[in-house]
Amino acid sequence: MRIAVLGAGPAGLYCALLLKKADPAHAITVYERNAPDATYGWGVVFSDRTLAAFQEADHKTYRAISDHFVLWDAIDTYYHGELVRCGGHAFAGLARKQLLAILQARCIELGVSLKFHVEVRELAELGEPDLIIAADGVNSLARRVHAETLTPSIMYGKARYIWLGTDNVLDAFTFIFRENEAGLFQVHSYPFDGTTSTFIVECAEDVWQRAGLEEASEAASVAYCERLFAPELAGRRLLPNNSKWISFPTLTCVSWHAGNVVLLGDSAHTAHFSIGSGTKLAMEDAIALANAIEQHPDLERALAEYEMERKPVVELFQAAAAESQAYFESVKRYASLPPMRFTFNLLTRSGRVSYDDLRLRDPRFGMAVDRDFAARDQAAGEARATEFAAPPPAFVPFHIRSAQLENRIVMALPAGLTSDNGVRDEAQYGDLTARMAGGAGLALTAPVAASADGRISPACAGIYTGEQRHAWASVIASVHRSSGAKLGIVLNHAGRRGAVRPSQQARGLDRPLRAGAWPLLAPSPLPYTPRNQMPKEMDGDDMARVRDDFVNAAQAADAAGFDLLMLHMGHGYLLSSFLSPLANVRADEHGGTLANRLRYPLAVFDAVRAVWPREKPLAVALNVTDAARGGFAIAEGIAIARALKDHGCALIQVMAGYTVPATEMPYKRGFLTPLSDRVRNEAGIPTLVDGYLTTTNEINTILAGGRADLCVLTPVYAPVRVKTGEGA
Amino acid sequence: MRIGVGLPNTLPGADGALLLEWARRADAGPFGSVGVLDRVVYDSFDPFVALAAAAGVTTRVRLATTIVIGPLRATALLAKSAATLHALSGGRLTLGLAIGARADDYRAAGVDYRTRGRRLVEQLASLRDAWEEGAICPRPEGLAGPEILVGGLNDLTYARVARSCDGYAHGGGPPRAFARAADKARAAWADAGRFGAPALWGQGYFALGGADAVAAGRRYLRDYYAFTGHFVERIVDELLTTPQAVARFVRGYADAGCGELVLFPAVADLTELDRLAQVVSGLTSVELPGARRLEALP
Repeated sequence: MRIAVLGAGPAGLYCALLLKKADPAHAITVYERNAPDATYGWGVVFSDRTLAAFQEADHKTYRAISDHFVLWDAIDTYYHGELVRCGGHAFAGLARKQLLAILQARCIELGVSLKFHVEVRELAELGEPDLIIAADGVNSLARRVHAETLTPSIMYGKARYIWLGTDNVLDAFTFIFRENEAGLFQVHSYPFDGTTSTFIVECAEDVWQRAGLEEASEAASVAYCERLFAPELAGRRLLPNNSKWISFPTLTCVSWHAGNVVLLGDSAHTAHFSIGSGTKLAMEDAIALANAIEQHPDLERALAEYEMERKPVVELFQAAAAESQAYFESVKRYASLPPMRFTFNLLTRSGRVSYDDLRLRDPRFGMAVDRDFAARDQAAGEARATEFAAPPPAFVPFHIRSAQLENRIVMALPAGLTSDNGVRDEAQYGDLTARMAGGAGLALTAPVAASADGRISPACAGIYTGEQRHAWASVIASVHRSSGAKLGIVLNHAGRRGAVRPSQQARGLDRPLRAGAWPLLAPSPLPYTPRNQMPKEMDGDDMARVRDDFVNAAQAADAAGFDLLMLHMGHGYLLSSFLSPLANVRADEHGGTLANRLRYPLAVFDAVRAVWPREKPLAVALNVTDAARGGFAIAEGIAIARALKDHGCALIQVMAGYTVPATEMPYKRGFLTPLSDRVRNEAGIPTLVDGYLTTTNEINTILAGGRADLCVLTPVYAPVRVKTGEGA
Repeated sequence: MRIGVGLPNTLPGADGALLLEWARRADAGPFGSVGVLDRVVYDSFDPFVALAAAAGVTTRVRLATTIVIGPLRATALLAKSAATLHALSGGRLTLGLAIGARADDYRAAGVDYRTRGRRLVEQLASLRDAWEEGAICPRPEGLAGPEILVGGLNDLTYARVARSCDGYAHGGGPPRAFARAADKARAAWADAGRFGAPALWGQGYFALGGADAVAAGRRYLRDYYAFTGHFVERIVDELLTTPQAVARFVRGYADAGCGELVLFPAVADLTELDRLAQVVSGLTSVELPGARRLEALP
């Protein structure tokens, strides 16, 4: 086969040599516009998994590469005048120039033709090869020619960065965070040969402008960074290499091949530099493409196989890179985290590394995380730095007002265990008591109606009759006798989602009662679905009455012995409907602006605050985004959380969606965690997060990274132990 | 986890006699259900008619559509077919619905392809009403409507499951792909405040009769899934061709929390069914009809 390779970067060279090695009959020519020894950028990084793939693909190249490795296994983080060290990460670095020299030599040895100083301007100049491998980088010519089939799109990052080198020799991958009068700068630095390290400086666009770097020359930029990072550089220099401040372009393509043209490496995809080198992905592409061509004589099939194998892998990597990129673009949000928690948050930013992973990689670091977490979270200011041994974060007590939760794990009691009069019966009583013994620090009820017309369904629990209050009091007394768990009540008014059949009977949500429905209230006369009842638009009297119902219910909850009260402002129930422009279209002082939409929910909060004992925490289950077109987004959710905090709210349970039925939440394990992270760190209020977390590992990762303060644990589905009836 | 077996309703060479005998043996075997697939523009039996025939020769197994393409059918007629089959079989129907992946099926049925997602959502909201109100559907005393599952990999699918269905029907793939989808379905279910857990159904293909059967099975899959382009080779690669492959696949699905795994034949030969029955009977992660249930310890 006649093969033309565009671009003599690592991907193009590596693919050429692997193809030639597999079948010496291939006539392979690599075209490169630059000289053999010209290179941009400094070092490249490989993980041990990539190295294993190299070893298998071509041992000779692997040996040559490994002769030049710089190995390290630590990540150092400089932040707020402290250095935090974490080991066990196993990376290998190499000068890009060295890598190219090795690959060029191996290509020549195998008989690949290398043509440097050749600028290909049109694909026709290549003659009529059987296959064109476009390894010509992010500005690929071949991709532009076939743009219609390949459908590329490029998104530019919000931060600015500059790729520099330094003659400072490092023994770890190093992050530096440094704030000056312009704002926060961060450095990603790693060694790649015995004398030099890559040194990437990054900052937000506005910081870059304030620092005057927009107009700065290369030399001026270098001088600025040398001054800024003088302590870490310890007198060493920064080295430019045709360096400019740019925004990171993330490239994706719908298809990776068109006719006899196939994209490889950066011409097909890019992933933010903070998660590791694009060179790794590009060289893995080269291995996959060479394998596919060797295995499938039909070229079209081979290219399709290559794309099918690599695209899902690259997409996962790009998703993790996007998380990482978003982290660095908004890292200022975490500036109030103490150093250990900041570092843990940094190391787990992409979602690919967990608490257990870090403990395994560096047990000392794991124990330091535990000790720091336990020490920090003692009642305000009382750091117990001499803590000898500490439990994992999930099992560290949590102080909230005068209450102390024994641990950070919250159990959500299931809904639908109540009889038709809203009273918890004996069976549930037993069930609840048994569950409390399971070790949660806090148990939260399902939504409990503050009034009869605030019920979701007739089976909804309530706390508005004497019988109900009595039942709750006896349950709580029993739980308090048998365990240290605290009990929280979630007080709700269903609003326009009321008067429906219980979901386990109706086998679905929001299916209206056929008989016995009660009139519904809502901020605006908009039924939840076309099948649901038209609610009454609340007037001043309705608002006063419902507010008083909440107040009475709060007093009853206190008398019954609940330790915590949570007002429900989520999932499209009454108070959440007021917050959402999709459910609230009022023209008066309760509709329109956020301040107006917030007016009534805040009034209810204040009224309840006035009667709920000071020493017991008052919390809110809050929709922080509508997750629907036309609804409010997380920025407003954070503003609402701030307002609630100012009014004395002690804790926010982060919720999303269901203000309208067509919710567009991407449900998956931990889907609420990013929202909780933002609310906690931007509004500065403790958060509780649910979102299908089934392991203490997930919970420890969230807590230790400062993404929430409490987590709901969902019991796992698959039994580990089963009774077989034998040998008992 | 229970194991279901697919009826050969889309297999070349399957005739009525084979389909009925297949259903009879499945009913007598270690299976929890018989499943059918749905395709308009293909030499295949209609899923509801095939299940109705199977209902007549079986007494025990559930009858499952995994899946039928809901939007191809007028909602009232879909409701009526399903309710009729459910009533005539003594409440044994599990109705799996999805939007399907082929435009030619929609063209042949004269239904708009682009609005299929919206149509499915509307159908999910209407079916139970139709079954409960009794204006167009039979309503035998004491019989609740069929269980509804929804299939699909779009992120919106999981919200649909939580809003108006009993569970999720996965379209096939390795256990880890099922596990990811199952997590999403459970996350949506819990967030919606639904009680308990969603029903989770998986599926796969088998050809256990040696080299010739495997070759025939692969030919069939390449033909049936030709519309997926090169992806068809992934489907072909996942064909279960040995008892060990079946055992591993079953264990993987059981560990991921699957409730019912429906294994579809790729060859229309009764010995295939017998071989599968033999393999399934020996597996510890499978709940066998009539056998003692294993009881989970806390």
